[in-house]
Amino acid sequence: MTDTARSRLQRILSEGHLAVTSECGPPRGSDPEAIKTKAEIIKDYVDAVNITDNQTSVTRLCSLASCIHLKLMGIEPVLQMVTRDRNRIAIQSDILGAASFDIPNILCLSGDHQSFGDSAQGQNVHDLDSMQLIQTVRLMRDEGKFLGGAEVKRPPNMFVGAAANPFADPFEIRVPRLAKKIAAGAEFIQTQCIYNLDKFEAWMKGVCDRGLDEKVHILAGVTPFKSAGMAKFMKNRVPGMDVPDEVVKRMADTPKEKQAEEGINICVESIERLKSVKGVHGFHIMAIEWEQKVPEIVERAGLSPRPKID
Amino acid sequence: MIVAEKKPIEEIIEQVEDCEKLLILGCNECVTVCEAGGKKEVGVLASALRMYFLNQGKEVRIDEVTLERQCDHEYLEEIREVADQYDAIVSLACGVGVQFVAEKYHSQRVYPGVNTCFLGATEQRGLWTERCQACGTCILAYTAGICPISRCAKRLLNGPCGGSSNGKCEINPELDCAWQLIIDRLKALGRLEDYEKLLEIKDWSTDRAGGPRKVIREDVQI
Ligand code: SF4
Ligand code: SF4
Repeated sequence: MTDTARSRLQRILSEGHLAVTSECGPPRGSDPEAIKTKAEIIKDYVDAVNITDNQTSVTRLCSLASCIHLKLMGIEPVLQMVTRDRNRIAIQSDILGAASFDIPNILCLSGDHQSFGDSAQGQNVHDLDSMQLIQTVRLMRDEGKFLGGAEVKRPPNMFVGAAANPFADPFEIRVPRLAKKIAAGAEFIQTQCIYNLDKFEAWMKGVCDRGLDEKVHILAGVTPFKSAGMAKFMKNRVPGMDVPDEVVKRMADTPKEKQAEEGINICVESIERLKSVKGVHGFHIMAIEWEQKVPEIVERAGLSPRPKID
Repeated sequence: MIVAEKKPIEEIIEQVEDCEKLLILGCNECVTVCEAGGKKEVGVLASALRMYFLNQGKEVRIDEVTLERQCDHEYLEEIREVADQYDAIVSLACGVGVQFVAEKYHSQRVYPGVNTCFLGATEQRGLWTERCQACGTCILAYTAGICPISRCAKRLLNGPCGGSSNGKCEINPELDCAWQLIIDRLKALGRLEDYEKLLEIKDWSTDRAGGPRKVIREDVQI
């Protein structure tokens, strides 16, 4: 395995540092500058950058091409891949395509339903689900095999991640579900945005009680609110999102011109508190269309400078 | 059963506007139960069409027949003598029946009068819901008797997704999350630990994906 193919994110985590990742959403057009500019802003403050895969089912420049742009800029990408749009042929093929550019991380997702996006009349594929996508990447990497059994020449060398939403229902299977993803082969986890810290801590306790924190690196997901309106939207309109009333109130009680700053404050405070939660090995900062705030959040949360790893 | 829904009458009129003799052909099976294409609906459609043509000042003869089944040679033979007297047949059977009529009466114009929706059950009168997508390899043994292929919007075999909320699916707060139902039933069975067994990658070749399917039973053939 060549050195460029090794995941820096993986090395940072295995050396025991708190990792920091962030994400960029590709543009609704073919201009690569949109993604490059965003990535340029955050690159010195994070270890790797996730590229979303047609998030909320809105058609965008593809994740793989965006990852290649980042890779060519010397930024480490995390390829997000959903099972909604590709069958197993396309999935394995895209994994190989990514590996041919030595994209070293993949995040395996099922994806939002297409009814949320711009193609509600389209089909969805779901030939595999997210767990089976994890298994597929691991099979290709570890055994050098395709799902069909044939040998993969130059297997993909990827650090394999998955998402976890501690706030979705039913709560009692949220820890078992993580265990299942680990059994499928997940090596790192990026969680849903955390606003309900008590509930997150209860979930993490369940995770640690089963020793799962020893088996997987959990990056706690955070998203700063830009406004009280965004907090309300996330609370009421985004499925599987848990925003406690007091957080919405804190945003709403802040004068409009100070709300953005308050959103950052909440985010930084959350990171501070989450740092001491056993099993949290890093942070995934999803500043949705607000990448310019990532450096400030990382600095204020005491996560800068990022460790140098060669 | 197969659940169907009546087509909007305008759509049917568009196909048969030029006809002078029409047969409305109902089916006594599933479409009768789901009140889309049985004897009663044949009558309703025939009256509506008569009214339409009358208003147009056009004389059209519309006959009504409801067969025991339209997916069976035996019953379809019952209209053998009369079929070619009509300019067109509007079949209110499911898509299977419509096609079987068309195959059997090869040079006759045949139109569907219903939209065939899914394989489902009658939850209550006037409410039918999906239960099966005929994937060809039933996995209900592993999912507590609840089918995630037909009832999860993403047909996740190892669900639920992160959008499951208060027992409902992320796509629609009226829709039960299949995986919530599976977990509830696993609990009722005292087998919640089964949830952690990974369901393996499915062989979809017995599904629609594998092309048109056939079941052959030589032992019962005559
Ligand atoms: S698993 Fe397949 S055959 Fe069984 S109920 Fe679901 S779709 Fe139907
Ligand atoms: S919410 Fe439940 S039923 Fe809906 S897509 Fe997710 S797992 Fe499937």
